[in-house]
Amino acid sequence: MKLNNKFFGYFKIIFAILLIMGTIVPKQTIAGGSGDEYKPGEVILHHIMDDYSWHFFTVGHFHATVPLPVILYSPTKGLDIFLSSNFYDDNHQVIPYKGYELDHGEIHAIDGSDVYDFSITKNVTSMFISIILMFFMFTSVAKRYKTRSNQAPKGLQSLIEPLIIFVTDEIAKPMLGKKYMRFLPYLLTVFFFIWINNLLGLIPGAANLTGNIAVTMCMALITFILTVFNGNKHYWSHIFMPTGVPPALLVIMIPIEVIGIFTKPFALMIRLFANMTAGHMIILSIISLIFIFGQSNMAVGYSVSVLSVGFAVFMLCLELLVAVLQAYIFTILSALFISEAVADHDDH
Amino acid sequence: MQLLTPDLGLFFWTSISFLVILFLLTKFAWKPITEALKNREETIDQALKSAEKAKEEMARMQADNEQILIEAKEEKNKIIKEAKEVRDQMITEAKEKAKEESAKIVSDAKREINNQKMAAITEVKNQVGNMAIDIAEKILSKSLEDKKQQESYIKELVDGIKLN
Repeated sequence: MKLNNKFFGYFKIIFAILLIMGTIVPKQTIAGGSGDEYKPGEVILHHIMDDYSWHFFTVGHFHATVPLPVILYSPTKGLDIFLSSNFYDDNHQVIPYKGYELDHGEIHAIDGSDVYDFSITKNVTSMFISIILMFFMFTSVAKRYKTRSNQAPKGLQSLIEPLIIFVTDEIAKPMLGKKYMRFLPYLLTVFFFIWINNLLGLIPGAANLTGNIAVTMCMALITFILTVFNGNKHYWSHIFMPTGVPPALLVIMIPIEVIGIFTKPFALMIRLFANMTAGHMIILSIISLIFIFGQSNMAVGYSVSVLSVGFAVFMLCLELLVAVLQAYIFTILSALFISEAVADHDDH
Repeated sequence: MQLLTPDLGLFFWTSISFLVILFLLTKFAWKPITEALKNREETIDQALKSAEKAKEEMARMQADNEQILIEAKEEKNKIIKEAKEVRDQMITEAKEKAKEESAKIVSDAKREINNQKMAAITEVKNQVGNMAIDIAEKILSKSLEDKKQQESYIKELVDGIKLN
């Protein structure tokens, strides 16, 4: 109780300071021109979206940026590989390079011809790092099972093992029954790929990989392909010849079922993308508040920072939960969709 | 790069990366790990089962031990009982034997005594005979004096013999 009172006491003081600051200097204009104006929307979107370079921070005119390789294929000009830093001059202004120009984060050919962009962007780099990390993590754990066979798990093994058992016993086995071993590797990979990339995405300055629709689309597409190609006779007959449905309703039922094949993975794609992007947006918005207030008055900005950081920490904790939750949801729904496709007739 | 339109490049790299890591992890991580887990599960299961079995075995052995103990006690009692019986029997036998022996000794002694007696009687008889001969000699030496006296003497002698 004592601690609580103290805590609220601090809050009261902070609020008081905020109010005073707000009333004393309500409309003080900031020194910078309109070009330096803080645009939270742009900043947030820039942080959420992919980029051709990995930007960490900017101090004055120093940009801590890692240029990444741009790989372009044009049917007319062929393959072009160069570093993204070539798009910037010494004053950090965007310039065209080799007949390509960078326009609002997208590369176009100046002559307007088609360009296929296979660049190793920030997200791709982050993904490469994550899969290398995953490979070493899980092979080292697998080695442990060989060196310490039939012994209690130790170290990283004791973190990974319950999760593997969880995915096996709580997702794969109840959903897929006897056929679980066939799809378990996919489910485990999806779970850990999403979870680890979600966590990596929470690191400040890291890429928002799982909040990118191309990534979620790719994984949803793999679930879709697994569903369609493993679909047994019963699954297809359920879609095209539903039993117990009056013939008149078939006209409606069959299109609905056919659309259903596509909406399920589509929902998977949107769910993960939206959840991760929204989480990042909330955290970035809370942090942006500091700069929005700081624009009108420095002191208010500093005061707000206390609250903002508090909220951001709270949101980050929530995002830690969301990271594992979304991985779990994607995995269990994938398992569910696959199980519908491979279920035996007598299971029902 | 737009928020809602998937990029071709990222899609392409994600597909490749994901399939590669799926393949690698399946081969080098998931298969060994799930196998090891399965093995361990079986091992633990077996260990528990054998522990249960050992427990049962122990209980059975204990029961056996108790049975053996009971049997041993019975055996002991039986042996003691038998020993007692044997002892009693031996005592009675010994007693009987002693009795027989003593009876035999007594009868032997009796017979001996009888023999001795007979021998003594025989000797007495012999001596009486000798004495009779001596008396007869004396009679013969005195008889010459008086017939009457002689007869009375003989008579006296004979009476004397009868006394014996």
